[in-house]
Amino acid sequence: MHAAVITFPGSNCDRDLAVAFENAGARVSRVWHKDTALPEGVDIIGIPGGFSFGDYLRCGAIAANSPICRSVVDFAGRGGFVLGICNGFQVLTETGLLPGALMRNANLKFICKPVDLTVETTDSAYTSGYGQGDTISIPVAHHDGNYNADEDVLARLNGEGRVAFRYVDNPNGSAEGIAGILSENKRVLGMMPHPERAVDDGHGGTDGVALFRSLLDQMATA
Amino acid sequence: MKARVHVMLKNGVLDPQGEAVRHALGALGFDGVEAVRQGKVIELDLADGTDEDQVKDMCEKLLANTVIERYDIELG
Repeated sequence: MHAAVITFPGSNCDRDLAVAFENAGARVSRVWHKDTALPEGVDIIGIPGGFSFGDYLRCGAIAANSPICRSVVDFAGRGGFVLGICNGFQVLTETGLLPGALMRNANLKFICKPVDLTVETTDSAYTSGYGQGDTISIPVAHHDGNYNADEDVLARLNGEGRVAFRYVDNPNGSAEGIAGILSENKRVLGMMPHPERAVDDGHGGTDGVALFRSLLDQMATA
Repeated sequence: MKARVHVMLKNGVLDPQGEAVRHALGALGFDGVEAVRQGKVIELDLADGTDEDQVKDMCEKLLANTVIERYDIELG
């Protein structure tokens, strides 16, 4: 599997994400936001956490309009896999690849701690390594993770099995405790928690490993 | 020419920051503040001949996230 990890000015989880992909057995290319084309033969794009462009205007808004993001949107349009974590999730909603928006946490606090998530669907390349309804512990670190979408969008996400993860104890006010959602074809995943920060015993937990492993397994058999 | 764009959260979208400002005003003794909504103002210096449709396009593509925000354009 060949993964491309994008770096924007202000990204700070790009290296962690690259290491998580590598540890799972992927080859990783690092891509700069001003690049206009993706490397040849990319299977998945990772959009990392951080504070792209200083969170100016709105989190992820400037990054979503950077040159590389046009290629990301085209790639997803051709059925490519895209994983956006934290700021990467914000970028994906700003590009329109995923519905809804991420607003300031309801308690206005920056929340940085491990949280319990429920795995809501195993029917995606990202979540097939978990069991339906499993509780996993993954760290969050964000100020703007309060997922907001209108009732129609929420009904569609629920009806189509596109809610990937929910918080057990909703820390940020997200609608229906949503922590991560999938695109219609289940190939684009955006999530606020950081699975790349839970892939090594030194991280204090390894519940993120199954996400990267199952991606690799799916791609190997595809 | 100048344009001023006001971006506000849509009605019905909870504004936690506005709510915090309301609480702080109450703590300062300003009674009777029933609601606070916080938004932003973006001022644009534009080349002559730029029309409102172009500013609208800027709002739709970048300045506002129309999933949660609405905008008003003031040309002057």
